[in-house]
Amino acid sequence: MAMIEFKNVSKWYGSFQVLKDCTTQVEKGEVIVVCGPSGSGKSTLIKCVNGLEPFQSGSLIVNGQSVGDKATNLPQLRAKIGMVFQNFELFPHMNVTANLNLAQVKVLGRGVEEATAKSHALLRRVGLIDHAQKFPGQLSGGQQQRVSIARALAMDPIAMLFDEPTSALDPEMINEVLDVMVELAQEGMTMMCVTHEMGFARKVAHRVIFMDRGEIVEDATKNDFFGTPRSERAQQFLSKILHH
Amino acid sequence: MDFGFLTQPAFSGGGTYLDWVISGVKWTLLVSLCAWVIAFTIGSVLGVMRTTRVAWLYGPATAYVELFRNIPLLVHMFIWYFVVPEIVPNTLGTWMKQGMPMPEFWSAVLALGFYTASRVAEQVRSGIQSIPRGQTHAALATGLTMPQVYRHLLLPMGYRIVIPPLTSEFLTIFKNSSVALTIGVLELTAQARTISEYTFRTFEIFTLATVVYVLITMAVVVVMQLLERRVQVPGYIGTGK
Repeated sequence: MAMIEFKNVSKWYGSFQVLKDCTTQVEKGEVIVVCGPSGSGKSTLIKCVNGLEPFQSGSLIVNGQSVGDKATNLPQLRAKIGMVFQNFELFPHMNVTANLNLAQVKVLGRGVEEATAKSHALLRRVGLIDHAQKFPGQLSGGQQQRVSIARALAMDPIAMLFDEPTSALDPEMINEVLDVMVELAQEGMTMMCVTHEMGFARKVAHRVIFMDRGEIVEDATKNDFFGTPRSERAQQFLSKILHH
Repeated sequence: MDFGFLTQPAFSGGGTYLDWVISGVKWTLLVSLCAWVIAFTIGSVLGVMRTTRVAWLYGPATAYVELFRNIPLLVHMFIWYFVVPEIVPNTLGTWMKQGMPMPEFWSAVLALGFYTASRVAEQVRSGIQSIPRGQTHAALATGLTMPQVYRHLLLPMGYRIVIPPLTSEFLTIFKNSSVALTIGVLELTAQARTISEYTFRTFEIFTLATVVYVLITMAVVVVMQLLERRVQVPGYIGTGK
């Protein structure tokens, strides 16, 4: 069974439909890149996975649990799905270690020492152990985003969601974040990434989903997508972001 | 100006006029601090209630805020002192009028406290709502429950953001406490007025009262600045400096 399975998921803001009958799935260990023009619903789609955005019709099964079902314990489900945001969203009043410890202690019930050991191991891994005691406001954007990836990994997630993780970064900081993501992908992490970093997609994605106006227009393997995208809209999009 | 009259024996009570001033300061501080405890506690609860999307929480909180902040403070004083004892059950009303110690003090505390609570509530609400939604999303995404998000993120950050306006509110409560003289609390302004009637040193005594109010509020400002500095978030944009 797929780890994440969308079936005809639709969502409206008032009378405006932001997601139209979206159907796709993510297998365990798969890396999916979701791209498309702004306002096409990619962020909304990915936020449905952990229930941050509710949807009105269709079904969405994550790790065997129905996200839309009222009986589903959303906090419990979210604890297993890591998420990284465009604007990092670290908690500004806590230092880096405390940011990583919070959910480990409050959600997983780990002791502070155990949590700190885990946090420091992850900070070492993303190259930020020297900044463990600093506050988010004292770090660069790239550093904050790496902390935020470490914060998600601290929960030992079964899948990771990335919502435009490099869009708010200066060009020279993008690679330090992408490097961490590539490493994760190569280790076999299940990943769903909204991103326009086509280099990243080429390198590690298994499939690419292209969205436009709330619809999944393309859902193809990496080679098919970059080789012969079927829809005209996807071709236009690719020609715009690849050739300049 | 001649402040010599302060050390003269007062018209009644056996002490000097300075003792009357000191007693006035004591009541000003007591009314204000007790009222602030009520205002801060109830205001915080109401402010949080107004930020939720649960109708039975934000509905009553909104009703409270609109009712209490739209009635003049003076009317609050009269209602708590004159009206409330008449509309509560008979035995309680009789006790409030005859048995309750210091009825004017408690009426003033409740009036000032509940009135200021509506203003504190709005500040707490605006503090919480000024935190970007992405922050709440990020906290929820790690598996925290909504109450935990309030406890560990929205309240600690929200309070930090509204320390400056809360300081103003805290100052206002000391100044507003002077309205309590209308229901017979002998706080600083009331004492100044009485002393001026006995000594005709109107200019001196109100100058003294003014200086005392300024000293009290300056002390509050200093304490709140220390608090602000203590909880300042390094590198956070909102904290300036």
